[in-house]
Formats: sequence, structure tokens, C-alpha cells
Amino acid sequence: MALELDEVTLTAPGASAPMFAPLSLRVEPGETVCVMGPSGVGKSSLIALIGGHLGPGFHWSGAVRLNGTDILSRSAEMRRIGVLFQDAPLFPHLSVAGNLGFGLSPDIRGRAARQARIEVALERAGLAGFGPRDPATLSGGQRVRVALLRALVAKPAAILLDEPFSRLDAGLRGEIRSFVLDHIRAEAIPALLVSHDAADADAVGRVVTLG
Amino acid sequence: MISLRVLALLLIGAPVLAGAGMTLLTALGWQPAFGRTELSLAGFEQALAVPGLWTSLRLTLLTGIGASILSLALSIPIARWVVSRGRGAGWLAPWLAVPHAALAIGLAFLLAPSGWIARMLAPLAGWEVPPAFVTVGDPAGVALILGLMLKEVPFLVLVTLAAAAQQPVAAQMAAGRSLGYPPARVWVRGIWPVLYPSLRLPIFIVLAFSLSVVDVALVLGPGHPPTLAVLILRRFADPDPAQAVVASALAVGLLVVMGAAVLLWFLAERVIARFGSEVIAQGARGRPRGGLDVRVPMGLGAMLGLGAFGALALWSLARRWPFPSILPESWSLARWAEGAWLAPAAETLGLGAAAVALSLLLAVVWLETEDRSGTRAGLGAVIVLPLLLPQIGFLQGLTSGFIWLGLPPGRVAVLWALSLFVFPYVMIALAGPWRALDPAQIRSAASLGAGSGRRLWAVKLPILLRPLMVAAAVGFAVAAAQYLAVLLPGAGRVRVLATEAVALSSGADRRIAAVQALALAALPLVAYALALGLPAWLYRDRAGLRGGGHGA
Repeated sequence: MALELDEVTLTAPGASAPMFAPLSLRVEPGETVCVMGPSGVGKSSLIALIGGHLGPGFHWSGAVRLNGTDILSRSAEMRRIGVLFQDAPLFPHLSVAGNLGFGLSPDIRGRAARQARIEVALERAGLAGFGPRDPATLSGGQRVRVALLRALVAKPAAILLDEPFSRLDAGLRGEIRSFVLDHIRAEAIPALLVSHDAADADAVGRVVTLG
Repeated sequence: MISLRVLALLLIGAPVLAGAGMTLLTALGWQPAFGRTELSLAGFEQALAVPGLWTSLRLTLLTGIGASILSLALSIPIARWVVSRGRGAGWLAPWLAVPHAALAIGLAFLLAPSGWIARMLAPLAGWEVPPAFVTVGDPAGVALILGLMLKEVPFLVLVTLAAAAQQPVAAQMAAGRSLGYPPARVWVRGIWPVLYPSLRLPIFIVLAFSLSVVDVALVLGPGHPPTLAVLILRRFADPDPAQAVVASALAVGLLVVMGAAVLLWFLAERVIARFGSEVIAQGARGRPRGGLDVRVPMGLGAMLGLGAFGALALWSLARRWPFPSILPESWSLARWAEGAWLAPAAETLGLGAAAVALSLLLAVVWLETEDRSGTRAGLGAVIVLPLLLPQIGFLQGLTSGFIWLGLPPGRVAVLWALSLFVFPYVMIALAGPWRALDPAQIRSAASLGAGSGRRLWAVKLPILLRPLMVAAAVGFAVAAAQYLAVLLPGAGRVRVLATEAVALSSGADRRIAAVQALALAALPLVAYALALGLPAWLYRDRAGLRGGGHGA
């Protein structure tokens, strides 16, 4: 299940020129590629394009393939592409376990089995006992971890990370970053991380610069 | 300055509670005007023996709770549709300004067996005379539910949009979809439950209104037996004072019904929340496209609304329009020209303007007092009390209370009663923009030596002109739409468009009813146009004040 970008360009609403030069790259399962670039170059828009969350008015060309199939014509929910968004939004009316239950793949059936699966995920993430917590009481780092768990328990075929560490304290960033990258590696899915933080680039194997 | 709040309490809270208390006392047989001061439960016993009571109660519950639940259920997908398009909410405010009674009369002229729809179907069905179906006034109250929903669905959509504007809806939608959920399911499971707490009060307003509505029920509801509220009104209208005791007992019953409905709603909320979180925890994604396209009910609603006002317009201009012609055979401006609508229109305008002026003054004083004292008066519940109690449960009691205080039925009593309903809406419309006013503006005015009075007159009010005008337009629409609040405290002597139109709607001449109903619908719309147009014209060279920045 490799994620492939083939000559992808993206043009903002009303703009005449694409935001960046045609982008081609192939991300292998278990690999994380970091896409770097100054703010405003269209990193978040690239994530939105691949994930299916682009607002109206954008134009694009090229193809994005998942395991060889072009996904850009599919609606967001049919792409099997998880996203870890910048503010890691959790549903405020659900507990931490409720959020994970929302994400957990429906293939896991039965209340007990689902609950057990959620508890295991929390435990492995160092969040044992956090299930009943209100998301509003979480720290920034805990929030990112729960949001990542929620995205991963949905069993996505690929995951996109939209500067998920930029809002965290510098001291916490390294720890959460290795947490996220380790988890993605363990899932053996391709991951695309966009960032303008050089430390993010250093932490992953491969870096592509947008421009 | 605290005394102003006491005054507001006295003006709004006290009359409602006193009215409800007076209704209870009358139900217990206390009628000092007729020399009866002994309390007994005889009124309640008689009330329970009223023929058709249980049918009326069942009808009230069915139409009131049914219309509320159906309106809420429809508002959920429609709100998502409007939010996802990011526009299309512009029609909501003017539509909400149209009084219920005008819409109900138009709907009756559209749906009746001799109505516009039947005339359009007549050539196909071969009808020479109106078919013998019962449409308007059907015993199950379907037409009544429909008439209520046409107004309540847009109201609930509007409040849902207002609540959604406070939440990161787009981000949550993207998060939900990235987890594999279709947008409709993200909305229902991930976004709407977060908005729900803000909808509870509007839902209870809808519930109270639907359970106790009189004007729409008179026009569209069944007559024998009618809904409980209409049954009560008929008994209040009876010259025999003993009937007032029975009517009051029934009105107390309606208050109890409202209380029970609210309790039941809270219970249902708990059950649904529990059941809902179980369902959410199962994580079923659902089919990407499923269920009814929301444009179907929206299109039907728009067709009914346009059809209703089309029928009104045609009838108001018809000279002769026999069944089964689709259009009038001959036309005439006579019904407009003879001007029977002018006096009630002037009365509506005068009373509405006075109620709006009073309410706006009180709201500005209230908000300015809050600003100066730096505290918020926690009186929200008092303000909305008139909207949460069935009107017929306290308005007749209020009228008796007025008489007891030496205020005879008439314009002043009506004005007071109208203000009870106008003030909450004016306050709701104005408080948001007022509190959102940039405090830096006020501080910079103060640093220039402007005292608190000048800050109010020269800075706040001019900047807030648009929201002030919008609040006034909302208030006027509320005032123009009131039926019971004119009928009961006016003792039938104060004649406004709403009371005239409803009275004429059951008469033989549709043309004069259509003229009154159209005039009733037009006045609030004119007020809206003025409210939006005047600030836009005054501030045509002030880009910062022209847009919706401070607007509602």
C-alpha cells in the first residue's frame, strides 16, 4: 500500500499560477516523508487535496494513487486516508474512549471487544485510564496522542500529518514526534508529514521541499 | 442602577407570573368582580367533564409535540445542508418575520378542497365542484402540523446556524470524514450533539408555542373538537362568568401539560443521549449516500410557502374566482381600495412601534447598566418566561389582573402584553452585538474625555445602529404576529391585522381576508427592509459599518 503522488499541482482559488512546481513522490508502507516549505506555499492545501478536504475553488492536476488506484475522484470518507490535523480536534461531547470508539473500525464487533481494543490502544500510548476523560481536560501533547490513536484505530491505508507538533511546547515536541512516528511505523502505512520545522525533517528519513 | 433591573423584573416577570397565578385563582373560583371569593375545586371538576376534552387533549399533544419533533428532525439535515454550502441562509430572517396567521390563512386558501391546489388538479381529476376531502381542519391536525412546521423548521435552522458559527464545524467535519464517515453522519453524530445545548431553549419556545397556539389552530386546525387552546379561548369568550372558571381550569391544565412535556423532553434527552453514545461507540460508517435528499422537504416547504402567498395575492385581486378556475375570471383592486385594512394596519403599526420603542429603550438601559456596573444580570430565565409558558395560560389572568389594578382592557393593556413578547426577542437580537462591541472603541472615547453619557450617544449607539435596527425589525415582526396578546387584553376592542385576518378567514369572502392577511405579512417585511436599508444608506461611506460585522 504505497502512496504515490504523480505530477501533482495545485492552484488556489482565483490564482493563475500553481502554488508549487509539479510534485512527484512515492511513500512506501511504514515510511514517513516530510514535505517542507515556507508558510503559504500550500502545504496544508496539499494535505487537504490528498485527504479530500479541499475547499471550493481550488484547481489541481496530476494524480494521487494509493496502491496503484487514483483516489482523487473519491469522496473524503471513501479514501481511507487518515489525517492528523493541526489543532488535533476531538469531539467535545464524547469522552476520550468515545472519540476512539468513533474512530475504531466497525470491523471490530461487539461492545466488549471494542472496549478492550480501545483500552489496549490507550495503554500502549501511555494513556491507560484516560478513557473516561473529557477531551477538554487533556494537555496539548495528550490531545495529539489521542487524535493520532483515533486516526490509526480507523485502520487507514495512509496517514497525513498537518504540522501536528507546531502548537506544542518545544520541550514536548520531540517526545510526541517520536511517539507519532513510532506508531505509524508500527502500523506499516505510508505517512506524509508537512512541516516548516527543520527538526521534523531531521526526524524522518526523506524530505521533499515544495516550491 | 440596580433598580432598573427590578423595574424590568416588574415589567416582564411579574405580569407573567401574576397572570398565571390569576388564572389559577380564577380556576379555583376566585372572581371578586362577581362577588365570588370562595375557593373550590369545582372548576376543575367541570373542566374534566367538558365534552370532547380528551380528544382535544390528544389533538393538542399530537399537534404540539408532533410539530416540534418533526420540525427539529427536519432542521438537523437542513442546517447541515446550509452550513455545507456556506450560504443560503439569507431567506431565513424575512421568512421568520412573516406572521404565523398570514401564512396559515394563505395555506388554508392553498390546501382547502376549493383551494388553489385542488383547482390545479381539477382538470385532471375532472372535478366540477370542490372534492369532498377534508384537508384544512382535518381531525388529525395534519394541516395544523404542516402550518406550524413551515415556520418552526426555519426558526430551528436559524438557531442551529447561530450555534454552529461558534464551533469549528469545518475542522470537525474534515476529521470525521477522514475517519471514513459520510458528511451526514459526521453531522448527526459528531457536530449536532455539540450544538444541541444551545438549541434547548429555542426548542422549548417552539414546544410552548405549538402546544398553545390559537391563531394557526383556528385557521388550520379541526373545529369539533378543537385543540385545547382553542377550546379554552371559546370558553373565555363566553359571557357567562362561570365559563371563565372552567376555561381557567383548562388553562391551568395546559400549563401542566407544558410542564409535563418539558419533563418528558428532558427524560427523552437522557435516553437518546445514552442510546446515542452506544450507537456512536459501534463505529458504523453507514452508506455514503442514503436517506432522503434534504432538498425534497425544502422544495416542498418552499412550494407551500410560495403557493400560500400566491393564493393570497390572487384572492386579494380577484373580482370573481369560481371553482374550478385556476386563475380569477375577473380582477379588481376594489378590496384594497375600499381600505377596510387601513385602520387595523394603522393599529398594528402604532402598537408595534410603541412596543418596539419601549422594548428597545429597556434593552439599551439594561445593557448599558450592565456595562457601567461591570456585571451581568442573570435574569435570562425571567426574560424568556413569556415565551416558555403557554400564552393562554397567563394572558387572560393578566387581563383580569390589569382590571383589578384599574387598567381596563384596551390599547395600554395590549401594549404591555405585546411588550412581554417583544422584549425577549429584542434583547436576544441586541445583546450579542452589544457585548461583542470592541471595548477599545469605548476606552479610546473615554481617553478623549467623553463621559459615559456621551460614550453611549456618540459612540455605542451609532456603531450599533444596524443591530439596533435589526432588533427593532425582529421586535416589530413579533408584535405584528401576536394574536392572543391583542385579543384578550384588548377584550376584542383593539383590532389589528392579525385579529381581523383570523376573524375574516372563516368568513364567506376570501377576498377581504386575503387583503388583511397580505397586509399583515407585508408590514414586518417593510420593517425589515427599512432596518437593513436605513443603516446601509446612512453609512454608505463607512465600509466598516456597512457589512454584517456587527449585524445579527
